[in-house]
Amino acid sequence: MPETKDIDRSGVQIGVYVCHCGTNIAGIVDVKALTDYAATLPDVTVARNYKYVCSTPGQELIKRDISELGLNRIVVAACSPCLHEKTFRNVTAEAGLNPYFFQMVNIREHDSWVHTDRQAATEKGKDLIRAAVRRVRLHKPLERKRVAINPSVLIVGGGIAGIHSALTMANAGKHVYLVERDATIGGHMAMFDKTFPTLDCAACILTPKMTAVKSHPNITLWTLSEVTQVDGYVGNYQVTVKHKPRYVIEEACVGCMECIDACVYKQAKVPDEFNMYLGKRKPIYIPFPQAVPQVVVIDPESCIEFKSGKCKKTCVEICADRNAIDFKQQDRTETIEVGTIVLATGFFTFDAKRVPYYGYGTYPNVYTGLEVERLINAAGPTSGEVILRDGRRPKTVAIVHCVGSRDENTNRYCSRVCCMYSLKLAHLIKEKTEAEVFNFYIDMRTPGKGFEEFYNRVAEEGTHFIRGRVADIYPSRGDDGRLLVCAEDTLVSTVRKIPVDMVVLATGLEPQPDAPEVCRRFHITCSTEGFFLERHPKLAPVNTFTDGVFLAGCCQGPKDIPDTVAQAGAAAAEALALIDIGYIEQEPNTAHVLEELCSGCKTCIPLCPYQAISFVESKKKAEVNEVLCKGCGTCVASCPSGSVQQNLFEDEEIFAEIEGLLAYA
Amino acid sequence: MTQTKPKIAFYWCASCGGCEEAVVDLAEEILDVVAAVDIVFWPVALDFKRRDVEQMADGSILATFLNGAIRTSEQEEMANLLRRKSKLLVAFGSCSHLGGIPGLANLFTRESILETVYFETPTTQNPNRVLPGTQSGNGNGELTLPSFSSRVRALDQVVEVDYYVPGCPPLPKIITRAVATLLGGHLPDKGSVLTPEEALCTECPRKDSKPEKIALKSFKRPQEILIDETQCLLAQGLLCMGPATRAGCEAPCIQGNMPCTGCCGAPGRVRDQGAKALSAIASLVDSRDEQEIDAVLASIPDPVGTFYRYSLPGSLLAH
Amino acid sequence: MPDVNSNLSQVAPLGAEELEPKIVAFFCTWCTYMAADLAGTSRMKYAPNARVIRVMCSGRIDPQFVLAAFANGADGVLIGGCHPGDCHYQEGNYNCLRRARLLKRVLEEVGIEADRFRLEWISAAEGDRVRVVINDMVEKLKALGPLRMKRETMLRGLHPQEHPVQEVCV
Repeated sequence: MPETKDIDRSGVQIGVYVCHCGTNIAGIVDVKALTDYAATLPDVTVARNYKYVCSTPGQELIKRDISELGLNRIVVAACSPCLHEKTFRNVTAEAGLNPYFFQMVNIREHDSWVHTDRQAATEKGKDLIRAAVRRVRLHKPLERKRVAINPSVLIVGGGIAGIHSALTMANAGKHVYLVERDATIGGHMAMFDKTFPTLDCAACILTPKMTAVKSHPNITLWTLSEVTQVDGYVGNYQVTVKHKPRYVIEEACVGCMECIDACVYKQAKVPDEFNMYLGKRKPIYIPFPQAVPQVVVIDPESCIEFKSGKCKKTCVEICADRNAIDFKQQDRTETIEVGTIVLATGFFTFDAKRVPYYGYGTYPNVYTGLEVERLINAAGPTSGEVILRDGRRPKTVAIVHCVGSRDENTNRYCSRVCCMYSLKLAHLIKEKTEAEVFNFYIDMRTPGKGFEEFYNRVAEEGTHFIRGRVADIYPSRGDDGRLLVCAEDTLVSTVRKIPVDMVVLATGLEPQPDAPEVCRRFHITCSTEGFFLERHPKLAPVNTFTDGVFLAGCCQGPKDIPDTVAQAGAAAAEALALIDIGYIEQEPNTAHVLEELCSGCKTCIPLCPYQAISFVESKKKAEVNEVLCKGCGTCVASCPSGSVQQNLFEDEEIFAEIEGLLAYA
Repeated sequence: MTQTKPKIAFYWCASCGGCEEAVVDLAEEILDVVAAVDIVFWPVALDFKRRDVEQMADGSILATFLNGAIRTSEQEEMANLLRRKSKLLVAFGSCSHLGGIPGLANLFTRESILETVYFETPTTQNPNRVLPGTQSGNGNGELTLPSFSSRVRALDQVVEVDYYVPGCPPLPKIITRAVATLLGGHLPDKGSVLTPEEALCTECPRKDSKPEKIALKSFKRPQEILIDETQCLLAQGLLCMGPATRAGCEAPCIQGNMPCTGCCGAPGRVRDQGAKALSAIASLVDSRDEQEIDAVLASIPDPVGTFYRYSLPGSLLAH
Repeated sequence: MPDVNSNLSQVAPLGAEELEPKIVAFFCTWCTYMAADLAGTSRMKYAPNARVIRVMCSGRIDPQFVLAAFANGADGVLIGGCHPGDCHYQEGNYNCLRRARLLKRVLEEVGIEADRFRLEWISAAEGDRVRVVINDMVEKLKALGPLRMKRETMLRGLHPQEHPVQEVCV
């Protein structure tokens, strides 16, 4: 921004510029009458109207008047400030005036474009200009602040989104902290068998990236870790990370896994989270064979040593040469400093128990999509065979679309990926079992590259498609152990009741259960469905309203892997753009405390979501950190003694605007 | 020849007499006051009459301390008279400063007030529905009464006021300080309130016990709880107006284990005490849901009486 | 001197322009102001009675502003903010809501009818809602009549021979 100086004039000299905007404004509003009226207002030195004030000659007009007529306040009555406030502030600054000695009046979006009565629209324009003239008189010179940006980055969540973002930024030479809550990175993608539509093996494409993360010199990988507190502001975040104990020293463990074999539990007995509780593991385990880091972890809930203190600790024995097992590990916290944050915390699957009429949890052979991924996976609990809980192999399978999605009773939105993964599961189940597969769908949503072709392929393979929402699932009469799936086949207007051996519920995607807490912790907002809110759904899908915090992947909304990776790259690009500039400029409409008036009543203190206003014990008064303050003005309105004011939105400025609007000519 | 002492006057309008008591409460210090000045008009204590004032030269009274709000035509006349005859006119006490408790009558029309008082109270027997009139006679001469205006007004809504001494009533130390200021050499800016600009919390003995966050699911009236004598009253759910009230009194009500009711008016920058008070109180409500918020606010039975107890006439509401 | 027995004197006839209600609208920048802009770009048409004051957040709205608007002659005051949960600044609109609910009770107690003070949640995409709300509010205010005249009526009897001058905030 060009350097500005206040031209020292005694007395306020206001210039008012009324824009025709071609016929956009002048067609309805009498711009000449507005100009003549503005010229009569107190302290208005000059009032002009021009065809396009935002054009170069229009801007030159203003600049010339400032230097020749000694104007020290500018009012432009034209389009919305959301469009051109910055433009005219720059003009003001270029002419040597503080850019905040400017006020914009909206006589287009709020006047000429929405009213048809010429007289009423013109009267409204007069009121608005009069209000702006009274207001701008009270404006004070304000400066924008520059704040330096720390080049380190924090990425929260080690799924494919977090991994991709991390690698992109690390390759660009930035230091990345990748913090993951579980004992391994990989996220949900590591649980998938094959990915649609190409049927790539998920682990095959994911694990090289996971390994790259571990070995990258610019990435600090922390698993079993969570962010507990975020202080600071864009460019200067202080983040507290809590490391939960693994009970294994990461640097010492080589991943030989002999401790798992040696465990006093000869049989695995603990339901295994990674396999959706369909398989079992031991208290000492590795989440899955390609886990990164390749380090075992001990679960204190099931380990005998933790429960009774009296275990033989065969694991320790066998690790005698490395001595990697350490039962004494505790929670540990540390604070890091980063400049930008990318949230890639992923999704949670819809709990199928919320739709009890589908029988999940009641009938053993009703599964969720993710459970079936594990069944099909060669490294899963059934070594890749599709074997039901009662040991049978299914001859007929129903796949129910839209479970928990597109439903007023649960989630209204479409989860975007379920049609495709239902088709994929149909294909894979058929391949493994040659069962008859029925997909019950409402619509087929296959928009991506190769998706429609995949649908055709699955159809040609002989999968049956029934267009109807499943109404009920219950056991069929007789002892054959089958379930009846009832749906109206809307294409033939008949209710079908199809007996199947296995039901697969295509459960939708939801935000993580702790999303509201995470939102607050990172000072961002959630949308009504609970996903993290992007700044603009089209033009800023990876930014949040909090500068410096970006979103990637399903935490922002349901999406598939290609879109997730694209978004992760976009988030990395946004973060890199900030880091590359090196600084950020802050708008000066922040709050400040009038110290001599503050009584220390603390009314304002808890109201700031950014903790920008704090109580200073030594002075017993409130104080605003201007860099943290976002300029909402909530503290200002709540202050019972008027001791907190907001730059550019001071009480007196707004009172002047109110009085100006309502004063009769 | 004795040097002429500065002349001062006291007058009362629509008031309870408490402000007069406050002057008397100066106790021994009143002798210092009496020694330093000449009291030329004080209906409650001295026998000077209105015509004595009318005969004084304009501006010959150094300072008149006028308490009470303006409700009748007589009060308005006296306010105008004393304004003419005084160099400095000081609004003394909440009623003349802000309108005071009588100001709450502005919630009712003059007609309804007169009807209630003269027709409807349980012990009134007025079958002929007689109302006092400004003029009446029964053949033995004429009786005049002042008229009763439709609104209660603060003093500065009727005449120009030089200074304000706030409080209901003003405390002895505030009075002494105010008198000393006015008799001393340096007069403050015209229109000043003669107490500090900050809010009461600054002087409150319980200030340190006030937590940084107060979140309430209901407000309490003083008779509903056992009030802890050491803890901030707002934190206990009581409607303490301290944060929205001017300091200077050193919080005697709080020291008496009762919440501040706002008698000293708003702190320095505020245009409407009630509005700011309600803004601060509303921010304590522990809810984000409209219906729940309403339920919490229902525990404030009389918002206007709470937030505008002393300041209704001069507020933005009663314009 | 006015006789205390007299009824309120007849209301003087109003000029035509005084029958159009005046609304002061406080819109938050991120949601409602943008919605009003959207109504403009979409060329929606609505009544010209509202005048918008832009604030950054509905949380900035001090009850004093609402009262000052009424005191200076507004017949209605409208506040527009982001939907609960979507506030650009997280929680500002909740603070606005709490204040507004308490202010509403105060206004009703002093005789300012409920329809004159309105709080609406309008998101940046809801341009049409701006149109609907303003039109609806104008209709309701027309039915209620001008507030300023009503106040002058109440004040009459104070000095029946004078019309009270519009008192402006100092």
